[in-house]
Amino acid sequence: MKKILVRKNAYYDSVFLMLATKGLKQRPGIREAVVAMGTEVNLALLKEIGLLSGEAESAKPNDLVIAIEAETGDAAEEACRIAEEILKKKGHGGGEEEYRPVSLEGALSIFPEANLVVISVPGLYAAREARKALNRGLHVMIFSDHVPVEEEVELKEMALQRGLLMMGPDCGTAILNGKPLCFANVVRRGPIGLVAASGSGLQEVCCCIDRMGGGISQAIGTGGRDLQDRRVGGRMTLMGIEALKQDPATRVIVVLSKPPAEEVAATVLSKLEDTGKPCVAHFLGRKPSGDLGSIWFSGNMEEAAAMAVALSRGDRYQRTWSSLSEAEMATVAEREVKNMAPEQRYVRGLFAGGTLAIEAMALFEEQGFRVLSNVRKEPGRLLQSPHLSEGHAIVDMGDDVFTLGRPHPMIDSSLREERIAKEAADPETALVLLDVVLGYGAHEDPCGALAESVGRAKAQVAGRGGYLSVIASITGTEKDFQNMAEQKKKLEAAGCLVMLSNYQAALLASHVMKRLESRAHSGLSA
Amino acid sequence: MNVKKINELFGKELKVINMGLDSFADNLRKEEVTVLQMDWKPPAGGNKRLISLLEKLGH
Repeated sequence: MKKILVRKNAYYDSVFLMLATKGLKQRPGIREAVVAMGTEVNLALLKEIGLLSGEAESAKPNDLVIAIEAETGDAAEEACRIAEEILKKKGHGGGEEEYRPVSLEGALSIFPEANLVVISVPGLYAAREARKALNRGLHVMIFSDHVPVEEEVELKEMALQRGLLMMGPDCGTAILNGKPLCFANVVRRGPIGLVAASGSGLQEVCCCIDRMGGGISQAIGTGGRDLQDRRVGGRMTLMGIEALKQDPATRVIVVLSKPPAEEVAATVLSKLEDTGKPCVAHFLGRKPSGDLGSIWFSGNMEEAAAMAVALSRGDRYQRTWSSLSEAEMATVAEREVKNMAPEQRYVRGLFAGGTLAIEAMALFEEQGFRVLSNVRKEPGRLLQSPHLSEGHAIVDMGDDVFTLGRPHPMIDSSLREERIAKEAADPETALVLLDVVLGYGAHEDPCGALAESVGRAKAQVAGRGGYLSVIASITGTEKDFQNMAEQKKKLEAAGCLVMLSNYQAALLASHVMKRLESRAHSGLSA
Repeated sequence: MNVKKINELFGKELKVINMGLDSFADNLRKEEVTVLQMDWKPPAGGNKRLISLLEKLGH
């Protein structure tokens, strides 16, 4: 039984609608449920699943479509009623008395002291709104992705001329004046300033700094393309570095990016040297080749944090911060492989953070493993299907292929939960490697949700005479609302080994896999 | 490179206009940031041709 409703001119944000959809799908008797705006993409999706008919066919991006397929007419009616209730509540919730202006002009007329605009509207419209904000002298953060690079260049050029911040597009994380913006953690304030072209990377480094006792002055996000795309040419990174140079509260500057375009990297390094402050540069997936004057190059994100903390205290950097020694890692590896079945051979990384996935991949490759992924461009390294792991595989589950019409895995862990079950069903899976990101924007109890799946997966593998090793890292601080200590406990109770950083989790996983390989080579099996 | 306004921002209290996901505004309020949430909707009902006309008219 299908029921399709259209509510004209009723706009709701995508995250809210995706979570509402998920809630309806979980109801008994519901086969399919979609609550979405009538955009071209959403209408195509509805057509594909056979839920596009009648009024919905001519729905506009401002119209809300509720489409239900249920086992009975009653169940469909009930689901529609609940959907309307949730939407009504939302319409009246969050700020009953608060006036919500529909335009930036309207917003500024009642809030002229505003100094920052955070934009998370669909990418198609984001640049248009950012342009207006910059023209009115406001700093901007664009969370939205799918903004054409030409528009990004134009916006950043405008910002440069006006001396304003233009963070993004696709900027998921920033911390300004100690305040976390979008997906960010609550961290201690201090003398370390960061500029980063990676959201989850920035969260990881900030959290490591916090846990090492250091503090953050400002953490400026630039959007992933700032350094990677020659056309953008590091415009916001260079501006961010200049601002940190002139900021008396910043004593150490950290720059973090996926591998930058060669000539852009040279400009950034020369800019860092020019600051006269000690700097740390971390270019993911690129091995450091010695330090350069005042610039230190780190091999991983945890090390970038450790270097920054040492420099901020005027100390020389030495690696002292680790949750397990090499000997302890070897002992754990031995214990983890002991009960694995002979056919268990591969590591499967299921990541929510794109940069965290890249860091783990780089470590495994360094250790001599051939790793396939859905986000690798090198020949022979791309998974045939992102939905099916083969060999050693590290999957970035925040990639577009997984998130079209579904919430990001940092917000909703159900995609990863399904994938954990799928990996456990594969007799060749030996180890599942996970990242968990806490902080604002993220799921309220990510480890609770994942722990159940981890427990079931481990029981399933044990039931057929094997052992599934599960290793995770948690990117978060004690001050994050999810309660770091509680989160860690939940994963550990499910038999998961939890490490203090993504790098350490990947390192421990590689030790386990090495031990497993050497056991296979020596012809021994448990 | 003129970054005076950015450095001024570092010294001020953040005052945010949030355009889009409500949760971002809710989270900032928890951190005691003054936020104004907009009731954003696609301009011109999402009609791309009308939007580009509006752009040309400077809206």
